[in-house]
Amino acid sequence: MNFENDCRFKRKLTKRGNCNTLSHQGLQDKQAEQNSVKDSYTTHNESVFQNPHHQQEENLTGLPIVTFKWHHVETPYLVIIWVFVAGLAKLSVVELNHHVISVVPESGLLIILGFILGGIVWGADRAQTFKLLPPTFFYYLLPQIILDASYFMPNKLFFSNLGAILIYAIFGTCWNAATVGLSLWGCYEAGVMGNLDIGLLQFLLFGSLIAAVDPVAVIAVFEEVHVNEVLFILVFGESLLNDGVTVVLYNVFDAFVALGGPRIDAAEIFKGIFSFVVVAFGGSFLGIGFAILLSLLTRCTKHIQIIEAGFVFVVGYLAYLTAEMLSLSAILSITFCGICCQKYVNANMDEKSVTTVRHAMKLLANGSETMIFLFLGVTAIDTEIWVWNTGFILLTLLFVFIYRIIGTFLFTWMLNKFRLVPIEVIDQVVMSYGGLRGAVAYGLAALLDEDKIPEKNLMISTTLIVVYFTVILQGITMKPLVQWLKVKRAAHSDLKLIEKLNNRAFDHILAAVEDICGRIGDNWWTRGWNRFEENYISWLLMKPKARKNRDYLFSIFHKLNLEDAINYVSEGERQGSLAFSRSDEAANVDFKKQFGSEFADVMPNIMVDMSNYELGIEHFSVTSIVKDTIPSVSLDIHGQDRKNAMDDINAHHLLQQHLYRSRKHQHRHKYSRSHFSINQNEDEVQEIFQRTMRSRLESFKSTKMGVNPAKKITKHHKKELTHKMPNGHPDGTGHLYGDEEVEGLCVFLPHLIEAGIENPVFLPDMDSPTHSPPWLMETEAVAPSQRAQRRLPWTPNRLRRLAPMRISTCSTDSFLMADVSLTLEEHEEHSQTDHVEM
Amino acid sequence: MGSFQSLPDDHQYRTLSLKTGFSLEQIAILHNRFKQLSQNEETLRRDDLKTIQDLESNPIRYQIIEAFFDRRNFQKDGVGSVEEIGFEEFLTVMSYFRAPAHHITEEQREEIRRAKLRFLFNMHDTDNDGTITLEEYRHVVEELLSRSGALGRETAKGIADAAMLEVASISVGPMAPDEFYEGITFEHFLKILKGIEIETRMHIRFLNMDTAVFCKQHSV
Repeated sequence: MNFENDCRFKRKLTKRGNCNTLSHQGLQDKQAEQNSVKDSYTTHNESVFQNPHHQQEENLTGLPIVTFKWHHVETPYLVIIWVFVAGLAKLSVVELNHHVISVVPESGLLIILGFILGGIVWGADRAQTFKLLPPTFFYYLLPQIILDASYFMPNKLFFSNLGAILIYAIFGTCWNAATVGLSLWGCYEAGVMGNLDIGLLQFLLFGSLIAAVDPVAVIAVFEEVHVNEVLFILVFGESLLNDGVTVVLYNVFDAFVALGGPRIDAAEIFKGIFSFVVVAFGGSFLGIGFAILLSLLTRCTKHIQIIEAGFVFVVGYLAYLTAEMLSLSAILSITFCGICCQKYVNANMDEKSVTTVRHAMKLLANGSETMIFLFLGVTAIDTEIWVWNTGFILLTLLFVFIYRIIGTFLFTWMLNKFRLVPIEVIDQVVMSYGGLRGAVAYGLAALLDEDKIPEKNLMISTTLIVVYFTVILQGITMKPLVQWLKVKRAAHSDLKLIEKLNNRAFDHILAAVEDICGRIGDNWWTRGWNRFEENYISWLLMKPKARKNRDYLFSIFHKLNLEDAINYVSEGERQGSLAFSRSDEAANVDFKKQFGSEFADVMPNIMVDMSNYELGIEHFSVTSIVKDTIPSVSLDIHGQDRKNAMDDINAHHLLQQHLYRSRKHQHRHKYSRSHFSINQNEDEVQEIFQRTMRSRLESFKSTKMGVNPAKKITKHHKKELTHKMPNGHPDGTGHLYGDEEVEGLCVFLPHLIEAGIENPVFLPDMDSPTHSPPWLMETEAVAPSQRAQRRLPWTPNRLRRLAPMRISTCSTDSFLMADVSLTLEEHEEHSQTDHVEM
Repeated sequence: MGSFQSLPDDHQYRTLSLKTGFSLEQIAILHNRFKQLSQNEETLRRDDLKTIQDLESNPIRYQIIEAFFDRRNFQKDGVGSVEEIGFEEFLTVMSYFRAPAHHITEEQREEIRRAKLRFLFNMHDTDNDGTITLEEYRHVVEELLSRSGALGRETAKGIADAAMLEVASISVGPMAPDEFYEGITFEHFLKILKGIEIETRMHIRFLNMDTAVFCKQHSV
């Protein structure tokens, strides 16, 4: 692996042990001392490098063609090599052994891999050259993880459990810090740990840094065990917020330690508590402020779509750094920035930018998570930091574990008195067991000032052991535990729309019943907030256009539709676009035939008229589509297809006209830095619609020529149909969709199958296969089964969702009326412009 | 004004408490509210409920109010709706939203679940034919979405259709093309909502103390 080469290199470069690449990154170090140390190392290094380089140049007489300029690129080069190595590590962890990964969580594996890498480095250098330094961690690795977590936070769930989360995050963390610190101090006083230079305040400081559950570790482990959503949000929300709390707590105790024991009086303690509140809430409000800024900003980025996605990251990071600058809680700041802005930003930005943000966010977060775990492992392989004190380390492990459990049960017990849905005992067990410590604790430990805390190294090594213990051991056992306890898992369901509709109905029903029984309850507050949000906040932060479409149900609907459309297109292409377009025509035909068979019993006279009329068309029809109408007298399922086979040329022609033209257009790329989109109006969804629409409209147009007698009839039918449907007409066919048949688009294909008698006269006299091609066979199961349709997304049935949405009322209506009214052209234009607008 | 109007009739309350599972205090509070809504009449009419101010913004208020006057919800095998309800009926409807007791057997839980779902189902099934037809469902969805003005009826229809399609695919599975899905039967309804913890979801907190009523007096 090049990693080893890299190490060799590294050894040459940095002879001195303690220096590390990550500190070369020019990170602003918080502490001045460290800064100066770093500087001295850097300069030292540079002088080391300068020498060979100079010598080289001196030796050369004349113009060098290429020179080796390692020191020019050293820092970025090493950084990028490590990023590369981390990427490879992730790859190998995920790919190499699926069996292992099902047992050991990824985070644990990465740490173990880090041990190995660290071992290699140590073997080469006899010292740990690379370490995870707090500034690197806090400024470059952590923010994107927190931003990612908060940006994708399920808001409703989060806020509906906010009370519990805050209790756990604030009081739970304080409880952990206090009890662990005090118990350790008690044991120390009892003489269990031997001789250590450590006081009560230091113990409390240590307790506060080890108290927080780490979001990185928790997400990594809990993502793999799919627990139910309430449990997940409790653990996850807690870990996110208590990071902020623990940092604040840490700072307070750090200040106390700096102040020294004797000088702390009641006033100082009060100030400490006060600063805790200010720092935590100040950070949160700052984050909300930045969220507002970001939302406002995305309101007006319409013309710089290509960079609008960047604002999310920049402003998020700015929120983090600003809070850090003001010594407010940076983690809380970026958390609330992400949570608050997501809704408005997603609504304001272009759909593509939203996707960009989503992917970039995941990329960054996942990347830094990998780096963090890897370096947690690498860091351990260093003789310098390891100080062993059996009593201290084991007792810490024990206390951390025990007090987490006690704390969880204690606070849950209190919460359950007020909670609508009590948290079950099993969930509590998982919650307490999910108290994983991680890189934040290590980062804070590494930040400790050695002058003030002589036992810094002991604390670091203890922290590392706690981290390894929780992440690896608890991580491994988490899954079996969850299975063994039969914890309620997240329900996987395909129900999407119906579920959301029901939820919406629930909300309203509950609110209404609360109103009726006349009390101000939870639902009242929720609704009051929703109304306020709708009327004022959205008005301020959302584009007017986005406001219109932002109904949650609609967006779900929209998403499902897009999915359908894309499946439709890709499936059509998979089956060969020709077949695809043909089935389309066939569907068209059936629309008419449907009327025939449907009303044969109702209005025999009219039927005669119609079939006459259809036969009439036969005579002057020229297009394939009109020809296709013939089989209205056909009962044979397969007739359609054979007919189509004959019409291949025509279909082909159609295809060329409708399909390829837009394709070509689409592929006419031009390089532009600021406009990425090829042609926004002609993405897949659009294309499929234009294609189907146009062909259909054409078919209507052509039938229209000879249609006049049929006009009234169809109208009449429509009425018939709508009258019949609500009563649940039992003998009808395809009635699920009621009168939709009339609305075009929807139910064509099912009827294809029950088509009428085949009139051999109209059969093409070719030996076409008597069985349908597979793609047509499948349609027989056209069943509105969700799953089946996933597989068969191109059946026109599937389009039903699309119909009202994408093409909007205009084009649907244009169908409806195509055979009724004479305003077809107008409508067609309408639907066209409609598409373009979209 | 009947026995309720006088001092809290202990006996009366006790019977109601046994019937509906509310505590005596809760019944007293709800009774106060009832009187407040009905303007001290013994019975409550639709118009009384319609005057509640906060309800005005509720898109499906008519369905909800209707549920209070639906015989199915307070009588076994009751059909049709009534013009006015007494306190007992009011309480019975309210009890659908009561939290289940903490220690109940699995069967009891299931029973409560069924009862709650039946209530919901009845709310959708307006013509009481045992199925929620597409038309009925569309109506509900349209009402539900009527508040967000941007979504037209067409969209609501589309959403209802799509949802219905989902229901059909879940409850019936693959259907032959000529099959017709009449609508959601109660069994299907149970199936759809299997994932939702209805016994905890359909639940509001009833106060034990009479405080909130005062806050809401303006609303009548």
